Amino acid sequence: MDNAQLLISGLANGCVYGLIALGFVLIYKATEAVNFAQGDFMMLGAFVTIGLTNTEYMGLPFWMALPISLSIMAAVGYLVDRLIIRRLFGESQSAVVILTIAMGFVIRFVAGLIWGHEPQTLQNPLAGKDIRFGGLVLGLEDVAVIVVTLLLTIGLYLFFSRTKLGLAMQAASQNQLAAYYMGIPVKQVQGVIWALAGVVACIAGILFAAKGSVDPTTGLLGIKAFAAAVIGGFGSLPGALAGGLIVGVIEPFASRYIAAGYSQVAPYALLLAVLIFRPNGLFSQVRAKKV
Amino acid sequence: MRFVFKTNYIQDIRPWKDGYQLSLYLFLLALVFSAPWLLDDFFLGELTNVLIWAIAGLGLMILTGHTGQVSLGHAAFLAFGCYANVALIEAGVPFLLAFPLSGILTGIAGVTVAIPALRLHGIYLAIFTLALSILMDDIIVLAEPITGGVTGKFVGGVEIFGKLVDRWATPVEFFWLVLGVTLLVTIGYINLLRAPLGRSFIAVRDSEVSAQAMGVDIARTKMISFALSCSVTGWAGALMGLYAGAFNNETFSVLISIQLLMMIVIGGLGSIHGAFLGAIVVGFLPQFLSISKEYVGAIFGGNAVAIPGLEFGIFGMILIAFILFEPLGMYGRWLKIRTWFELFPFYRKEMFKRQKSYLKTERLR
Repeated sequence: MDNAQLLISGLANGCVYGLIALGFVLIYKATEAVNFAQGDFMMLGAFVTIGLTNTEYMGLPFWMALPISLSIMAAVGYLVDRLIIRRLFGESQSAVVILTIAMGFVIRFVAGLIWGHEPQTLQNPLAGKDIRFGGLVLGLEDVAVIVVTLLLTIGLYLFFSRTKLGLAMQAASQNQLAAYYMGIPVKQVQGVIWALAGVVACIAGILFAAKGSVDPTTGLLGIKAFAAAVIGGFGSLPGALAGGLIVGVIEPFASRYIAAGYSQVAPYALLLAVLIFRPNGLFSQVRAKKV
Repeated sequence: MRFVFKTNYIQDIRPWKDGYQLSLYLFLLALVFSAPWLLDDFFLGELTNVLIWAIAGLGLMILTGHTGQVSLGHAAFLAFGCYANVALIEAGVPFLLAFPLSGILTGIAGVTVAIPALRLHGIYLAIFTLALSILMDDIIVLAEPITGGVTGKFVGGVEIFGKLVDRWATPVEFFWLVLGVTLLVTIGYINLLRAPLGRSFIAVRDSEVSAQAMGVDIARTKMISFALSCSVTGWAGALMGLYAGAFNNETFSVLISIQLLMMIVIGGLGSIHGAFLGAIVVGFLPQFLSISKEYVGAIFGGNAVAIPGLEFGIFGMILIAFILFEPLGMYGRWLKIRTWFELFPFYRKEMFKRQKSYLKTERLR
């Protein structure tokens, strides 16, 4: 029974990691770049929602604040692409890596300036309610996290494999020039994908702030989501979720069964092991490179 | 515009282009050598700090600037060098032996890391090294008998030929020590770049495929690059430890890794000058901010409030501006200004145009 409880809380945490990893994978799939500031996007999304909902700030009803904060984060994502990333078109990938790391620092600084450095919780309609299920006590938030994540992953997966825009995004990442020749507006597609990543980050942030608390350094959680994305192979949406779940579940079990001090090492050790033995992730999409 | 007519091969490979350039660098050198007489103890300490950061920057520059392998984990090697140095000194090894050994040990650690990392490219390597840097924090705590764990270590002065060299008691002697190491590393780096090994580093950075076609052993080259880079970083770490006096598992956090990488990008990737220019920015930014905060506070009448994260926020903004408007960094800007004067009035913007490439994925599904 104890283990089942650990499993559920691990799954709920893993879903948040998975959602951040989804953001990485979305941008990687469409632009072949990695947004190291995705964790900070999540933190920003959480704080925007807190700023709209919580009574000490604007005090809007949760369901009214939700669409507003989602669209704010979509706008932030789009503007970041439009104003910053698009200027780097054609530069090396490492330039984007360093740029997004710097962006993360700036976002953390701005969030600290606006909302302060105290940990804060999102006031939401699900707070404090439990579901009892055969001796298990499940927080309603945990259940909501798992359900929302599953729906979002399925939705995004279908979007990428079925819709015209999703296919255009994949084409744009596989070969920018060829995609452009085929009539795909590559730059606009990139803008849309960054907006989408902003929305996903916002959802992750809301779920995270609902079941725990956020402060400006929460964005560093993104590093754990890297582990998730790498395990998933950095190009596969279901892989990212699976990776997130693996990392999320390993954490509580490690802290329970492995001596203190060694347990927090577990996710990173797993990340290193995956990179050493399967450099392209467990759900690999890379075959031999042709020159 | 000055033309340099090269009449023999020695002239082609010597580190300076002509007498003008040589005299410029000799002047700079003379300026640094006279620093103990020009500056008071506080600013001499700051200058020492800048030089230590420059050594660390040179270390990362070998790997990232000249071999093209982005590392987000060099704080781990700083920490390794620092703890190795202190552990050796505590074991009774004289500093003159412990210091070189700490760098060599760090180099060996770097090679151990490089063996699995050789299979990784670009972003994957960045994430690998990032994870390494985070793990180092936990490893230091776990290796408590050697590292002192969370309490950390304290280190006083060291003795060289019976003379005490300490950051606080004898800042001038400490400055000479750091300056000596800086000069040795810089001269070694200059020589490396004109030797076949340095050229093969640059070949690997610019195109692995063409380097391989020209007969460069890529795995070996990357491994040597890792070894040299980590050794130099280890020395910087050892000096940083002596400079700080006290350190624990959080001193060399992942933020230091990122700061180091940002530093060489601001300075200018792929140039020795870049490491020094970036170090000047990193070293003097905190002082500059605190002084300007006082001025702002005086104008608006409010007292100077401490804003947490301000330093990194400003640093991030500077970096974003550099990547957008001057990807070659401060050294690139200096080159452009110099060329403008040299060629006046024939300078054209397109002279420094970078080649752009369109992305192609390696994923097939």
